[in-house]
Amino acid sequence: MLALIDYGSGNIQSVLNALRHEGAPVELVSNPARLASASAIVLPGVGAFGDCVHGLQSRGLWEPLRQWMQEDRPFLGICVGYQLLFDNSEESPDVAGFGYFAGSVRKFSTQGLKVPQIGWNRLEFTRPSDPLWNGLPDPAHVYFVHSYFPAPTDPSVVTSSATYGERFAASAGRSRVAGVQFHPEKSQAVGLRILNNFVRTALAQPAQQV
Amino acid sequence: MLTKRVIPCLDVHDGKVTRGVQFGRAEEGGLRNVGDPVELAVRYNDQGADEMVFFDITASAHGRATMVDVIRRTAERCFMPLTVGGGIRTTEDMHAMLHAGADKISINSSALATPELITAGAERFGSQCIVVSIDAKKVGPDRWEVFSHGGRKPTGLDAVEWARKVDELGAGEIVLNSIDADGTKAGYDLVITRRVSEEVGVPVVASGGAGSLEHIAEVLLEGRADAVLAASIFHFGQYTVGDVKRHLAARGLPVRL
Repeated sequence: MLALIDYGSGNIQSVLNALRHEGAPVELVSNPARLASASAIVLPGVGAFGDCVHGLQSRGLWEPLRQWMQEDRPFLGICVGYQLLFDNSEESPDVAGFGYFAGSVRKFSTQGLKVPQIGWNRLEFTRPSDPLWNGLPDPAHVYFVHSYFPAPTDPSVVTSSATYGERFAASAGRSRVAGVQFHPEKSQAVGLRILNNFVRTALAQPAQQV
Repeated sequence: MLTKRVIPCLDVHDGKVTRGVQFGRAEEGGLRNVGDPVELAVRYNDQGADEMVFFDITASAHGRATMVDVIRRTAERCFMPLTVGGGIRTTEDMHAMLHAGADKISINSSALATPELITAGAERFGSQCIVVSIDAKKVGPDRWEVFSHGGRKPTGLDAVEWARKVDELGAGEIVLNSIDADGTKAGYDLVITRRVSEEVGVPVVASGGAGSLEHIAEVLLEGRADAVLAASIFHFGQYTVGDVKRHLAARGLPVRL
């Protein structure tokens, strides 16, 4: 089972629809006990960094998710769900993220740039062999809606970048934990393919017993 | 590089897509029925539309319930950003639309009546969710006034000042619709689009007046818009979304083909 984490953040229906469209055995999970039968996790996120952290903490999901990542089990964070993988964010300076990747989440600050970035931007694949990119066209455009982006300390975790005023990490991954700043569930065929790649890779590996 | 967005707009009246010639004609029966909203959305999705906007022009409780159903069915088949507007007055109305699968909520008259609604929506759902739509009419040599209620009621507000204000209040995007140009197919109002786009820090979507491919290129180049909304040219089969994008690419604009 693929657990789609439901913690009161944003529009989860679109992610659910897209995963179902790709044939994933997806289940909405807001109770941490349900994670015992999960083989993979998708963590969406819309809204403020701090609100997302508190939403996960108040449902008792924070610690189980942190442990899941520590064990390098299949995980995909989307948008703020990706930003949460980092140490902290300028958006909510007093709140700590998971710290799975070292680095901070910063706000776009180029003079004259429209913020948020809204729209379709081209991915530059910095790790073309990443399983998420399997079978994608080139150029591949995906849909972004965000004012903040993570700046990883270790550039080797960046799997793709995009340019908006400056070049930023559009996605990151290490072992079986990955995050994407864009919305695959809103990126038509390219996005569906990325979700499909995640689902197939994640579920091909049996769940570890905790 | 961020591409310029081409966004078909569907005016939905009682569950059907309609198209009037100019503002405020719904009550007079001056509407042409152009089809089922979900089927049209799927068609534009297949043509490579970058987003889709649905406006409920009935704007009644019944219309809103119908719209929730339209959004739910569209979101099951179209994996692209969906914006909904028309008759949304509270954050609860917004929540119902977002829950059904919408990504953004467009408000217009309700933002004029209650500007705090912009901030309340932005705080609850994020700025990126809140689109403020502005209907502007040229009332003097260098002045555009904001009108509410589908372009019928003057508000006394200056369009550029209102745009700046909604940006400050937390809107994530502005749709600027020219009342004079809407439905005329004579081209967008380039001057007011550029004024607003240069005044605010959020993306501006130009609306009203598209009649040719070059009109769309003009409002992106000279009008400095970040995206374009169009209805009639798509609904009546004059152009596909692909036709528009190929033209924009030929004019040197970044688009997703």
